[in-house]
Amino acid sequence: MIEQMLFWVFAILTCGGAIAVVATQNVVRMAFWLVVSLGSVAALFFLLHADFLGAAQLLIYVGGTVVLLVFGVMLTASGPYTQIQTSPAEGLLGAGVGGLLLFVLVSSIGSVDWVEVSSRLPLEPSAPFVSDVRLESRAEESLVNTRSAEEKQGLIARQQGGRTVRQLGMGFLGLRPDRNLKEGGARGLAPGYFLPFEIVSIHLLVVLIGAAYLARAKRRVNAG
Amino acid sequence: MYGSLAAITLEDFLVRTISYLSSIPADSETLAFTAFISAAFIHATLLLGLFGGLPVFYIWLERKVAGRIQDRLGPTRVGGSFGWLQTIADGIKLIQKEDLIPKDADALIFRMSPYLATIASFAAFMVLPIADGWVAVAAECGAFLILALMSLEVLGIILAGYSSGSKWALFGAMREAAQMVSYEIPMAICALIPLLIAGSLNFQVIGRMQSGSFLNWFIFHDPFTFLAFFCYFTVATASVKRAPFDLAEAESELVAGFHTEYSGFRWSIFFLAEYSSMFAVSAVAALLFLGGWHDGLMIDGIFGSFRGAGTGVIDGFSIGTYVANLFGAAVLITKACLLVFVQIWVRWTLPRLRIDQVMTTCLKYLVPISCFLFLMAVLWPLVLASTMSRPVMFGSPLGEKSASASVVAPVVVSSNRTGAAR
Repeated sequence: MIEQMLFWVFAILTCGGAIAVVATQNVVRMAFWLVVSLGSVAALFFLLHADFLGAAQLLIYVGGTVVLLVFGVMLTASGPYTQIQTSPAEGLLGAGVGGLLLFVLVSSIGSVDWVEVSSRLPLEPSAPFVSDVRLESRAEESLVNTRSAEEKQGLIARQQGGRTVRQLGMGFLGLRPDRNLKEGGARGLAPGYFLPFEIVSIHLLVVLIGAAYLARAKRRVNAG
Repeated sequence: MYGSLAAITLEDFLVRTISYLSSIPADSETLAFTAFISAAFIHATLLLGLFGGLPVFYIWLERKVAGRIQDRLGPTRVGGSFGWLQTIADGIKLIQKEDLIPKDADALIFRMSPYLATIASFAAFMVLPIADGWVAVAAECGAFLILALMSLEVLGIILAGYSSGSKWALFGAMREAAQMVSYEIPMAICALIPLLIAGSLNFQVIGRMQSGSFLNWFIFHDPFTFLAFFCYFTVATASVKRAPFDLAEAESELVAGFHTEYSGFRWSIFFLAEYSSMFAVSAVAALLFLGGWHDGLMIDGIFGSFRGAGTGVIDGFSIGTYVANLFGAAVLITKACLLVFVQIWVRWTLPRLRIDQVMTTCLKYLVPISCFLFLMAVLWPLVLASTMSRPVMFGSPLGEKSASASVVAPVVVSSNRTGAAR
């Protein structure tokens, strides 16, 4: 009940904050509303027991807003409280792109058979996972004694409660203990995300070095 | 939420106590709901007490230490000869002041930003474990979460400075932003070193690995973690904008920096947030490097032997564990307070750096140093393994990757998340 209530509070804050970002014209107020909206998304992740994702959301998006704010102010300020005016054409374009994105999201959510997906979720956590989260003996007893599958599922979900770090890390390396390899097919083996991650990070490093080089070259000319 | 009573959560404790004292069955819906609400309330009250109480002590300590360093006495009158009640008197004075909002200020942001800073600072307390199992939100990625939450306080400072409509405040905010960009990277890398040794982001696991003698503390794990502690403490001082990194509020240059236009209650909660953050970063340093809630002199071994004793009346609740955790909490808070004392001491004895010197210190020196320390901390076990055929120099290997798993008992982590986190 409380989770439901909190979900509505944060969902309203997320949507309200997002609308306020679009509706305000002051750069700093936009940043403030962005913080409200992104922070509420993080809270929604916490409600879904995705602790790591929530923390990453806070660190990367909400914290990153600071940098966005500073650059927004530094690059656009010509006086106090910079205003950003949008022309009607820009508004129309934005609404069009946003509407298309909404259409794609709604149609893809609608095309998923959620009953089938939820039945595919593993009932029993896999062996390495259980040894990691050594459940309390009491809880484990009750887990053994519980008969129905749904109750078991609920208990496991409650006990796992946001412990997703190890699974995320292993999935990142391509190890998916939650999947059955014998099942075969495309879902059996996952290549992991290590190589794409490394490529992206090297790419970012190149961009950083390039930016530093450009900034440095200009200063050298001034000094000479 | 994983509560104040070892071994079982506060919620479970309340359910079992009430059903023991009265005839209500333990699985009743109303009982569960009442226990949930009261457990959340008790957690929130305890945390708010810690959040509000520690700054009161630290502000008094700051005045006293500053006085002694400058060959004065500091507060002596209010509340006896040591001026114990000076902070309370200050607080009462501050609350009475008029809540001013300048004409040029952006009123909404100006009003909201002190709350943003305070909420971020308070949120860090929720994932901070005070003893083995005494933590409000037992998140598995607690160390990551607390670093994320502590980095949000800066946002309130920058918004406050920008929305004040004053050039001094704007300068303070811009300096804070520049400072933040430079200290965040070495801070994260330095915090990563003990996390790497522990192989976990869970503070409970990290704390338990450092039990026993103080040689098990991560600061003495290898020479690089020893240096990493000082590196972390330097950037942590910068992150709570204490001297010599207090450029955002440099009073000799910027009047008062980002809080120039603030007064009364809003001004005082900025300082509540600052002094609480000092405790938070010091407690994180104590947890990551200085053994957490273990005193290192084996005294907690005596208390640890009580663990599990005194059960019986309430199912799952052990008085012995409670006493052991109480001692652990006292040890952790003492360690954190000592580190806060060092921060105060540094503030009154070191001159303030210029902004370019801060950037040079953090970006040009501390980033390469912390990267080097991180690399060497990774390589150190390999070097030892190839030369001495063992992963650590002294004692037994730490952590789950070790062969002798019996040395470090498997960490029993309760994964119940109930209470106010929902």
